[in-house]
Amino acid sequence: MAYTSNGATIEADEEGYLINISQWNEELAGQIAQDEGITMSPEHWEVVNFLREYYSEYQIAPAVRVLTKAIAKKMGPDKGNNKYLYELFPYGPGKQACKIAGLPKPTGCV
Amino acid sequence: MAAAPFDIPVLGDPAEHPVPALKPGAMAASKPYVAAEAHQQPLGFPGELTEGWEKRAIDHMGSLLSKYRSLRVFMDICVKCGACTDKCHYFLGTGDPKNMPVARADLFRSVYRRYFTPSGKIAPGLVGARDMTKDVLDEWFNYFHQCSQCRRCSVFCPQGIDTAEISMAARDIMDSIGQGQKYCNEIIGKVHKIGNNLGLPAPALLDTLEGLEEDILDETGVPVKLPIDEQGAEVLLVTPSADFFAEPHVLGLIGYAKVFHAAGVSWTLSTKASEAGNFGMFIGNYDQMRKISMRIREAARELGVKRIIFGECGHAWRVAYSFLNTLAGPWDFLDPRYPVPQHILEFTSDLIARKGIKLDKSGNDGMVLTVHDSCNVARGARMGDKPGGQFTIPRAVIAASVPKLVDMHPDTICDKTFCCGGGGGLLTDELIELRVKGASPRMEALKDVVDKQGVTHMAAMCAICKAQFTKVLPYYDFDREMVVSVHQLVSNAIVLGDND
Repeated sequence: MAYTSNGATIEADEEGYLINISQWNEELAGQIAQDEGITMSPEHWEVVNFLREYYSEYQIAPAVRVLTKAIAKKMGPDKGNNKYLYELFPYGPGKQACKIAGLPKPTGCV
Repeated sequence: MAAAPFDIPVLGDPAEHPVPALKPGAMAASKPYVAAEAHQQPLGFPGELTEGWEKRAIDHMGSLLSKYRSLRVFMDICVKCGACTDKCHYFLGTGDPKNMPVARADLFRSVYRRYFTPSGKIAPGLVGARDMTKDVLDEWFNYFHQCSQCRRCSVFCPQGIDTAEISMAARDIMDSIGQGQKYCNEIIGKVHKIGNNLGLPAPALLDTLEGLEEDILDETGVPVKLPIDEQGAEVLLVTPSADFFAEPHVLGLIGYAKVFHAAGVSWTLSTKASEAGNFGMFIGNYDQMRKISMRIREAARELGVKRIIFGECGHAWRVAYSFLNTLAGPWDFLDPRYPVPQHILEFTSDLIARKGIKLDKSGNDGMVLTVHDSCNVARGARMGDKPGGQFTIPRAVIAASVPKLVDMHPDTICDKTFCCGGGGGLLTDELIELRVKGASPRMEALKDVVDKQGVTHMAAMCAICKAQFTKVLPYYDFDREMVVSVHQLVSNAIVLGDND
């Protein structure tokens, strides 16, 4: 499949994860989120931005626990938990948030 | 949660065993993504189907039949008695008659008959023999990816036919002609390239482990370590990479670390063998299985360890317990006083029995546990030195850690356990309908003990089971955090800082 963003065609795999992560932009993120039934709020952006920062350093999305700790630090301890992240990203913070952030899907037994 | 775009099976009484009404073709459209060239070639498989694939498929079938006598026997000895028909969780959950194990095996058997039996060669129509065509191949691809290779059907087969072996052979043939499955093959590629199924590079792994050490220190005040690549450690722990990443898996990893700490046994993880899982088994490819296993041997040698212990991973334990010696042995450089390899549950259970660690059940106050026997542990391996140890040892560890443990219906546990619904290389999002429906027999048995015995949590000892239940429990109105790692319970109960 493919997305169209700012007039450009952006290739994605069967599930909508970007083939080339450098083609990501914020407008596209909003579009992917919409396809997932999510309206991006500042809280969603906190998560997406953290995922992208972590990815640029480690070439992988952070472990769920690393993510919840980082969110607790940024947004307060009441939000640094799995339940809150599932509220933001109902299909799972790992996979759904990665897709919106333009990152590859975490694979394996997760 | 949002309504699912498919029906959720209604849960009944696990004692009644109703056979679902047949729904022919109900799952005919269910299939995983086909592997792209980029996922095929690193494994040495052709990138796509090319002209002449039919003959290559039959040639490969012939070589498997001559290599594995069992496969030929399974083709010949089915008497269509029907004992397997209502034993597969995917049949019970979907009602699709092609998910009856005998019907699944017949997809392969019909092609076998056409090319490898005299009657099928002469009068194919009379003996249900079929040519290998694209339609047949597509049917194979769909329905051999609706088998989680859990082998429950083989427990009930009076002939001992192992449908998992047939499904592995079918997948191997499909890989060999260029029609592989994306989920498994992409993951195996990551094991070769990066070292684990997740694709977790060493710096990220180190960072994650450091974070876990901080968490444990904050929580307990005890400096429990998660060492990695530590030369001369006594034990190499090989665990699924999901243990570094996902919940509740990571809580189990913390449990292993606390057990080693409390027992005073030096241990290490390895960046090279940062994965216990071996998807080579799911795709039925011996070379891949061997190549993946060799990383463990190399890591053990390089680190100079004396023992190898596996973390909570079902199919890894089958490969380790049943095949590791021939795949990657001999293990004569390890300490002969210990089994090669050992399971973390054997290690912990032994410490509990010898009072080498102390557990305080109040750490799990308010929890009533049941346990899900993982198919590959239950039917593909053993633990300890007594028959049935793979059932008694996990239960002993759980019982020592929690106030109350109850079992689910006897037809759904131990050697008759149901698959979680996501095993055998099917734990992928595009198969979610199959996964949800296939989980229904387990969900039914779980609901029974929740309603009647007040069960609050279900312990699992396999990374796939943990991920699968986390995903499917909400479809049945259970909390996703109801599934816990066995060593998560140990972690909550273990008394640290008192090694004397």
